[in-house]
Amino acid sequence: MLEAAFRGGKRYWALLGVWAILILMGLWAWGQQYTQGLTVTGMTQDVTWGIYIAQFTFLVGVAASAVMVVLPYYLHNHRAFGRMVILGEGLAVASVLMCMLFIFVDMGQPSRVVNVLLHPTLNSMMFWDMMALGGYLVLNLLIGAVTFDAERRCAPPPGWIKPIIILSIPWAVSIHTVTAFLYSGLEARTFWMTAILAPRFLASAFASGPALLILLALIIRKFSRFDPGDQAIRQLALIVAYAMAVNVFFVGVELFTALYSDMPHHIHAFEYLYVGLHGHDALVPWMWTGATLTLASVVLLLIPKIRNNLSILPFLAVGVILAIWIEKGVGMVVTGFIPSPLGRITDYLPTGVEMAVTVGVYAVGFLILTLIYKIIVNVRERMITSCP
Amino acid sequence: MSEKKSRRDFLRDTSAAVLGAGAGLPFLATTGCEQLQDHNLRGSEQQWAMVIDVEKAKDPAVRRACAEACRREHNIPVIEEPGDEIHWIWDETFEHVFEDQVHEHTPEELMETPVLVLCNHCTNPPCVRVCPTKATWKRESDGIVMMDQHRCIGCRYCMAACPYAARSFNWRDPRPFIETDSEGNFPSEYPTRRRGVVEKCNFCAERLRDGLQPACVEAANQVPGAEGVLAFGDLTDPDSEVSRILAEQKTMSRRVALGTGPNVYYVV
Repeated sequence: MLEAAFRGGKRYWALLGVWAILILMGLWAWGQQYTQGLTVTGMTQDVTWGIYIAQFTFLVGVAASAVMVVLPYYLHNHRAFGRMVILGEGLAVASVLMCMLFIFVDMGQPSRVVNVLLHPTLNSMMFWDMMALGGYLVLNLLIGAVTFDAERRCAPPPGWIKPIIILSIPWAVSIHTVTAFLYSGLEARTFWMTAILAPRFLASAFASGPALLILLALIIRKFSRFDPGDQAIRQLALIVAYAMAVNVFFVGVELFTALYSDMPHHIHAFEYLYVGLHGHDALVPWMWTGATLTLASVVLLLIPKIRNNLSILPFLAVGVILAIWIEKGVGMVVTGFIPSPLGRITDYLPTGVEMAVTVGVYAVGFLILTLIYKIIVNVRERMITSCP
Repeated sequence: MSEKKSRRDFLRDTSAAVLGAGAGLPFLATTGCEQLQDHNLRGSEQQWAMVIDVEKAKDPAVRRACAEACRREHNIPVIEEPGDEIHWIWDETFEHVFEDQVHEHTPEELMETPVLVLCNHCTNPPCVRVCPTKATWKRESDGIVMMDQHRCIGCRYCMAACPYAARSFNWRDPRPFIETDSEGNFPSEYPTRRRGVVEKCNFCAERLRDGLQPACVEAANQVPGAEGVLAFGDLTDPDSEVSRILAEQKTMSRRVALGTGPNVYYVV
């Protein structure tokens, strides 16, 4: 089964080549960072987390969203997702690995990361996040491999895997909840310290993850004989529509609390994001782009005729992914540090090295995703003819 | 007061247990919150504390003496580049140190008054709560928030958690930025740090061990006319100088509403 990853046409090898080049570039950049220290990044004493931790946060959401295909299929026997589930699990595996790499490249002393396991600290959310992510990786690898292997042999999956699949459902919710708790438990950072952060994270995750899955499914069926099915893609679009609408509602709830109470601490962060604070407006264009994309995609996705049109859907999916990426991968983390506890506003801009490392980590994830999907597609293509 | 506190802890324990169980983390409540409880002063046998006289510390010579003594004592690098500088004790304007004590009619002079700031060695330190490796911890014998630079992984979670910006990260190798004498020796024996770890004020734990006062306290009180600008002592001893000042004078500490329990106080 695995040998399929080493056989492929020109286009397949070209794609692997692109990932390899980007990975090499990322490695070179990380080498710079490793030898000179994190001073090569745009982070400062005031803004101590930047693009790495932001990407980590965004990707935990993508990973968690596998539950949006696993739950309907295994709990409600929703047949339409039969050929989609394994794609969701593959995406979860690749995303969790990227999350771990983004944490790793952010460490000041990467060689000591194992200290988190050597000195387990139960009161630290970072310890729990590591446990939750590690467990989720194992769960998805195991479930994906066992169910896919059974399917390949045209047999039903073994009974013992069912409870493990059910466990993976709350586990998916837990990874993004614990990631939100990393932020929302800090009394020092008013912008993050909101009870709705975890629900918001989940809502935006259940929009961006399935949107990415839609794109991947459309790409796969364009370039192979394996088709996850129109119905599955349309069901995903419906999930994206609902999740995105809930996300908009949650953002609105948060804005109301801040703006109506009119408390300076709560307002400053939103001012910084949407209008600029004391002339610091680096994120303003991003945020308005994100807001526009969010509103446009919600409205269009809620109209059945547009949502179900598979030639428009990819554009909406891209819009959703970009909107959520801006929300979590650009705005969320940095704004927690603005203004600083001492009232300073320090803008943050990632450096070239930082961006190269970021692209490199994404390339590792997409390389793994390409390999996993190649194996899935190869087996599925054969099954079209060979399974009774 | 103590009844109130224990009720608060009970609530926190219970909600953590419920959430923990819900999120598949059944051990969160039992072990995690034991440590969180030591914001009860009786938790540590002693609690070192500092009282800073803001009026006397207006003298720039005092603040310079503090920073200089600290720098020499702990081999602190002098990095000019904004964003990379390392701080243990430094000054910030009154309006930023006590932002909830100023208003639009506060005299400009007070707003701009420089105030010495350093790690508050909180009774309930958020940095200790979040550290994933126990590289920072609250020492039970004397309440100092300690730092183990050999265990720190440089995740900077403590910096996100500190409401006082008391912590600095070594974005680069600090050693070339430490002032040396003509023979290339560092100013003191105190271990230098490497790149990629967090550091902060340690209340001069190494001097206290030898029965000395913290370097900044000693240096500041030697500045002519500034005697008594910094007082240092044990809060659990009712006869100590800090206990006496706190009992007799009007003092403040930073962001009290957050419940961190700072142990650096200010006579204003």
